[in-house]
Amino acid sequence: MTVAVNPTQTGEPLFYLADEHPHPEGYSTSLGFWIYLMSDCLIFAMLFAAFGVLGANYAAGPAPKDLFDLDLVAVNTSMLLLSSITYGFAMLTMQQNKIGQTQMWLAITGLFGAAFIGIELTEFAHMIHEGATPQRSAFLSAFFTLVGTHGLHVTCGLIWLVTLMVQVGKFGLIEANRRRLMCLSMFWHFLDVVWIGVFTFVYLLGVLR
Amino acid sequence: MSTNTHAAHAHDHHHDDSHAHSTFSGYMLGFVLSVVLTAIPFWLVMSGALPSKQITALVIMAFAVVQIVVHMIYFLHMNAKSENGWTMMALIFTIVMVVIGLSGSLWVMNHLNSNMMPIHQMSGMK
Repeated sequence: MTVAVNPTQTGEPLFYLADEHPHPEGYSTSLGFWIYLMSDCLIFAMLFAAFGVLGANYAAGPAPKDLFDLDLVAVNTSMLLLSSITYGFAMLTMQQNKIGQTQMWLAITGLFGAAFIGIELTEFAHMIHEGATPQRSAFLSAFFTLVGTHGLHVTCGLIWLVTLMVQVGKFGLIEANRRRLMCLSMFWHFLDVVWIGVFTFVYLLGVLR
Repeated sequence: MSTNTHAAHAHDHHHDDSHAHSTFSGYMLGFVLSVVLTAIPFWLVMSGALPSKQITALVIMAFAVVQIVVHMIYFLHMNAKSENGWTMMALIFTIVMVVIGLSGSLWVMNHLNSNMMPIHQMSGMK
């Protein structure tokens, strides 16, 4: 590293870089986005902790066994898993500069994501209709907060996905759009990782209990 | 001269790491592994194939951990080299925080629960 000595001053050396060397635009985006994902991970960890502490407090209300339909959860899980692989295909076609195919795979990813949200909302509506509202017991409060926060993330991901499809349609696969698609890819796969925790600890272990 | 090559090397690094090197076979392998690692726990719980609930719980938790690692490697392209190791450092830090937060909460609240007699009796009456 060079230490710049400013000659116009009184001859005292400066012990710092006088000017930062230039970086290409967005070179630190992926690391910054990864750190955001890690902080998001802490949010989910605390919601999991709350569910772990309160998950057995039914207040004489319905238990997981009465509420959860594992067939539906399995279908939901497969929707999210399929959307992960189709997003992967979108990234692969993006690397090959095929705009049309990238858009197609993004659209398919969006459809799977929307199906996931649709099934989840159906499940929530069914539970609330049966009286299993978030106010019913500590277990249900923790359940709706944890699963609802995940669902909200997926919804934000869908909005982001549509925004990027419009961006790609308008400006093509320019460097900035590739970077954005990379970030959404990390976000999308990260949500799938969180869902592994949800279906294991909330649904499967809940039904086992 | 040595400072020159050093600077050039540092710049190289910034550039090609921002794009993960994903391949079709990598994604497919990750997907197939995920399907298997998802299907087995669901089957175990839905069919009750294992004799005890405790063993089933431990087994499906082990499957979840393995599947999370599979996703990290094949979908999130985690490795020790990307961003000069800073993504891995951030991940390790997060895992430490998550383990402390989760185990601490569960441990403390469990003890609090078992030391509160009235609630304990009430749950016994259910």
